[in-house]
Amino acid sequence: MPSLIWIYRNYQNCSGCRRCEIACSLSHEGKIWPEASRIRVFMLVPGIEVPHLCAQCHDYPCVDTCPVKALSVNKETGAVIVDREKCIACGRCIDACPGKVPYIHPRDNYAVICDLCNGDPKCVKACNEGGWNALQIVRRFGGYNFKLYAKTPEVITRELAKRFYGEEIAEEI
Amino acid sequence: MRGYTGKILEVDLSSGNIKEVKISEDVLRQYIGGRGLGVKILWDRLGSRWEEIDPLGPENLLIVLTGPLTGFVPGGRICISGKSPQSNGIVGSTFAGEFPVDLKCAGYDGIIFTGVAEKPTYLLIKDSDIELRDASHVWGKGAKETVLTLVKEAREVFGRRYRGRGLWKEPSMMYIGPAGEKLCRAAAVTSKWAHAAGYGGYGAVMGSKRLKAVLVKGTGPLPDVYDMNKTIEYAEKIAKASLANDLFRRWGTASGGYRFGVETSSEPIMNWQEEWHNEESFGVDKFELFWVKRYWGDFGCATTCLKLAVINSGPFKGAITDNPDYENQAYLGTNLGIFQPDANIYLTSLIDELGFCGIQAGNLLAFAAELYQRGILTREDLGGIDLRWGDSEAFAALIKMVAERRGIGDILAEGTYRAALKISSMKGIDVMKYAVTAKGIAIGAHGIRSGRDYPHYVSYPCSVQGGDHTSVAQMPVEHGELMTILHDSAVLCTFNFFSPIAREALWGLLGAVTGWNITPEEWFNIMARRILHIQRATLLLGGPDLRWSPEIHDDLPQRWYEPLTKGPYSGRAADRTRMKEYVKEYYRSVGWDENGIPSSDELKRLGLEDVDKKLEQLRRTLS
Repeated sequence: MPSLIWIYRNYQNCSGCRRCEIACSLSHEGKIWPEASRIRVFMLVPGIEVPHLCAQCHDYPCVDTCPVKALSVNKETGAVIVDREKCIACGRCIDACPGKVPYIHPRDNYAVICDLCNGDPKCVKACNEGGWNALQIVRRFGGYNFKLYAKTPEVITRELAKRFYGEEIAEEI
Repeated sequence: MRGYTGKILEVDLSSGNIKEVKISEDVLRQYIGGRGLGVKILWDRLGSRWEEIDPLGPENLLIVLTGPLTGFVPGGRICISGKSPQSNGIVGSTFAGEFPVDLKCAGYDGIIFTGVAEKPTYLLIKDSDIELRDASHVWGKGAKETVLTLVKEAREVFGRRYRGRGLWKEPSMMYIGPAGEKLCRAAAVTSKWAHAAGYGGYGAVMGSKRLKAVLVKGTGPLPDVYDMNKTIEYAEKIAKASLANDLFRRWGTASGGYRFGVETSSEPIMNWQEEWHNEESFGVDKFELFWVKRYWGDFGCATTCLKLAVINSGPFKGAITDNPDYENQAYLGTNLGIFQPDANIYLTSLIDELGFCGIQAGNLLAFAAELYQRGILTREDLGGIDLRWGDSEAFAALIKMVAERRGIGDILAEGTYRAALKISSMKGIDVMKYAVTAKGIAIGAHGIRSGRDYPHYVSYPCSVQGGDHTSVAQMPVEHGELMTILHDSAVLCTFNFFSPIAREALWGLLGAVTGWNITPEEWFNIMARRILHIQRATLLLGGPDLRWSPEIHDDLPQRWYEPLTKGPYSGRAADRTRMKEYVKEYYRSVGWDENGIPSSDELKRLGLEDVDKKLEQLRRTLS
């Protein structure tokens, strides 16, 4: 029975191995396809790898904004579900997302958003297996905090760069 | 064909023409990809005039090739080849990262660069949308500025051209630093920070073509494989074996800086004058304190042996590199008389920034320092630098001179071997005995005198990649570079293949991806030998500036015939008589004649009649 879960992300632990992208794309596409993975690891600066995926905001601005009602929330998992048939790839969900997380599938032209693998996320499994634990499954409670994690990779990279490389070096970057 | 995209890009930098080349399945079945296929392409195009080709001239090719396993194996890599400005032969030089995967996802197994661009240029690929762009604004710039500027630029281009698709992930990138631009023979081709294809000197080849960087974003999937379920099954088996190797995962090779000194006595110290030390200051426990990221890995890797090392305070503030790994700990540490992690991290970071190979650069610096120690090079020769062992600032100053070809830097930019030739004639003293190289390539940081480390007498002298510690000649031959050739052709990372389980699974994975039934017997007796012999042939044919004579150059560096004087293996040295016997024995076991030339029968057996014909002249000269 799926339960309300959330993928906790600890960016500092991300090794940049992208085994999450492999696991996700194999599960959703049957292929190894990083650019069609529901979790994408950005590396705007080498050494700072940022797994980027849906944070399931409490108010789901992407769902609200969809002009054709292609997006809905799975009540059991809290995940945003995209109806590929209805989606017209207009990109409004991307604009509405504070983290600019959704993107248009490179071949099939619909918005790609993490569906939490119906409660059993493959990316987390791949990450835990290696002991990196940049991703961990936690039980979801409360609401507003999740939206804090809907940030663009640029913002997260800047914060991490300060931490890893120090203020001065981060500035140069 | 499966596991391949079936297309290779050919970019003529002189004319700007870009076309797609197809390689027949028959050739792929024989040469696989990466190093093997690079060797085949180079021989077909340049073999008949090999000895005339200047590696830094417009006729040389720069070949960048993935293999069928790239992306499907935990820890995939890409192989750079061409005529090497270090050995005049062919070196297959690999680096890991996302670049290989992005290239395949863009629809290409590799890229062949020909000609020379009129002005500094970079290649930007987004699937089939391919463009040569001006790189004048980053020419002369170091690694960090180059990477950040071009990645930003590419994302802006993508954002403009393909609007409304969401955020663009950064393209992957390979590039050169100032060292490559100035044609320093120790220059590497680099990806990310510190991910270097170091051996071979292909940074200088890129520089000679005025190619600053290649950026690629592929949005497609990896190509279809023969059997996806089996592919995943074998890949998981290999990954599990790597994940179980927990100490190697934690330390990477950074435990070597102490261990290969104190335990195996095989670490270069002050230009290999010694190979033993017990400096606990250089322990992995000290290095760990600088690691802001304790596992740092590349696409699909289960091991993630790299570490992100950063210095955030003190005199070396601002240094960023990986572990450093053992080779850099040794060559930019102990070999320079440096036993402090922070100084070692600083020098490694500087080498990355300038675009050098740490092994080649550290070998070169120590060679110069020994000449200074012996009074052969003076302070005046060195532009005022007091090049004392252990002085990281002095070494930093000298390597900057090399990168700019300033003063003595212009001579040292030719690499240890060629610099030794020049300085010998300049000073009227034979300084070649202080050059620790094999076939013009600085030898990796694993010595043989103690007999405790993995290389042996023939490992470097008989390797077709000279000093390359990842491609060593061994007996039985299956344990040596015949196996490495598969790793470099498939293309994968040896560090995920330590366990017998993974080694066994490799053959299954190769079959599952390609659909070809390649057995170890066929590989070791036929396929690997073709590649090995062509590499050997090109090495012996040489180039316009120098060529190798097996009689003289299939030998250990002079230094290793001198006994160690410190540590538990004090007194041990290589033995000349045994060396000669081992070399002959190795020749016989790989099918080379008594003069070290691939034998006519062997070449005909493998269908390499053209190589045989080309070597006729050489056989007459040597017999």
